[in-house]
Amino acid sequence: MAFTAFSGNAKAVEQAPKKRGWIALVLLAPGIAYMLLFFVAPFFQLALTSLQAPAESGGIGQYVAAAQFSNYWVALQEYWPHLLRSFIYSLSATIIGLLISYPLAYLIGVKVRHRPMLQGILLILVVAPFFISFLLRTLAWKAILPSEFIGTHFSVIFGLVYNFIPFMVLPMFASLQALDLRLVEAGSDLYASPATVFRKVTLPLSMPGIVSGTLLSFIPMSGDYVNASREFLGGTGTAMIGNVIESNFLQTQNYPMAAALSIILMAIILIIVATYVRKSGAEDLL
Amino acid sequence: MRKFSLGKAFVPIVGTIALIYLLLPIAHVVLFSFNEKRGRNNIIWNGFSLENWQNPCGAPQVCTAFGNSILVGVVATVIATVLGTMIAIALVRYKFKGRSTVSLLLFTPMATPEVVLGAGLAAQFLLAGVEKGIGTIILAHTMFCISYVVVAVKARVASLNPAIEEAGRDLYASPGQVFWRITLPMLAPGIIGAALLSFALSFDDFIITNFNSGTATTFPKFIYVSALKGVPAQANVLASIVFFGALALVIIVQMVSINKQKRMARS
Repeated sequence: MAFTAFSGNAKAVEQAPKKRGWIALVLLAPGIAYMLLFFVAPFFQLALTSLQAPAESGGIGQYVAAAQFSNYWVALQEYWPHLLRSFIYSLSATIIGLLISYPLAYLIGVKVRHRPMLQGILLILVVAPFFISFLLRTLAWKAILPSEFIGTHFSVIFGLVYNFIPFMVLPMFASLQALDLRLVEAGSDLYASPATVFRKVTLPLSMPGIVSGTLLSFIPMSGDYVNASREFLGGTGTAMIGNVIESNFLQTQNYPMAAALSIILMAIILIIVATYVRKSGAEDLL
Repeated sequence: MRKFSLGKAFVPIVGTIALIYLLLPIAHVVLFSFNEKRGRNNIIWNGFSLENWQNPCGAPQVCTAFGNSILVGVVATVIATVLGTMIAIALVRYKFKGRSTVSLLLFTPMATPEVVLGAGLAAQFLLAGVEKGIGTIILAHTMFCISYVVVAVKARVASLNPAIEEAGRDLYASPGQVFWRITLPMLAPGIIGAALLSFALSFDDFIITNFNSGTATTFPKFIYVSALKGVPAQANVLASIVFFGALALVIIVQMVSINKQKRMARS
């Protein structure tokens, strides 16, 4: 089920786009209106909230509209260690996850390609975690792992890697499944070593899968607050920016702070993603 | 005899380790649904018991939360599937100004951390003075489900051969007939897959839900809140039921599609 969205085995048929604009408009209008109202508008509300100032009454959670840009400066000054930590955790977890996921995707997409039954079973095993609550699975790790390990940087990274492996494997599998093995054979026929063939043929051809797999995990990881929370795999010194946004919004009701941090997080992610996509030459993906 | 080669063994070994890594916690969750109840915590193994399975609603709130999650999942999936399918058809079949903007609008939610989506919606509900509850959870879930439905259905629409619909029109079918009798049935596998994906995403969502639920509880929120004092084994029972149900469903779908491929290969 989940992998039908990624496996991409359906071949695209040449479509002659029609021009009857009003039908397209009717089809698009309700969905687009929904997205404008519940996806785009909240960003503006977030921006407005991030500039609010405390109300005169001084009550908890009481703020008034203002243009207090200093909120951003305060947020950065107070929480830059959490921001930095979030990106170090997510980057480490993405790299470790890639090293684990790529061989698994290769196994399923290339090695067992000619055994559809086995391939089907392995794919089901990869998506199986989606069918059972990720919170319970993360708590299960807390019970399985030695207690000295819990609450460290490593246990949080361990949890992040664990929770996002399927999101990496599926796009990489889709790329590797589409890899034409004749190209690999041609490479070795021309006396390239297996390592060279991998570096010059397999890796570049599976790049789209690597790029989307790493993005699909890096982005949600950087905003995650479950793994790093103290009830799960985190401890006193592991709070990520997600934890800070959550506690500011839902517990101390410091909405402007939570909103400013959300916007800062989003801005950093946009910069990282844009740079990464450009560097990896995968602009067509977006 | 073939020589053992590290290069050949590397992929299967790492792959197997990765699978064990993925599956071990699932086994733990299922196993601990059979744990004998002793005190609040379900962390130490006390012995095998069927008690939790005989009484899956035995812990306070757990079934209410579970029911809420199903309600939210079904409503959000139905709305998102209808709206998302319409968008997917428009994106593949029609040329219009701003097509790439629409694509970007639908792609961005998937590339936004959930905490930002959650906080944004919560800020909006706060400014608009809307009280948070089941309704706001549904509104939030529908939003991110639409994106995933569009991606999943778009692939299916792109693989549809328009010649079949043209044949229908040539045989004097009205546009309505062509849509209901040809287009929709041919899109069905993609739409069903998208709906299942959407339900799974909604059912397991915690981060966005936590920001927009107010006092309402869903199954993931129940687990998060009880994590502090110990999650009752009944949560493991309900999660295991969902797990085996979904697994059975996916295995059936896989079998059907493998059989279909075999039949097509033969003919």
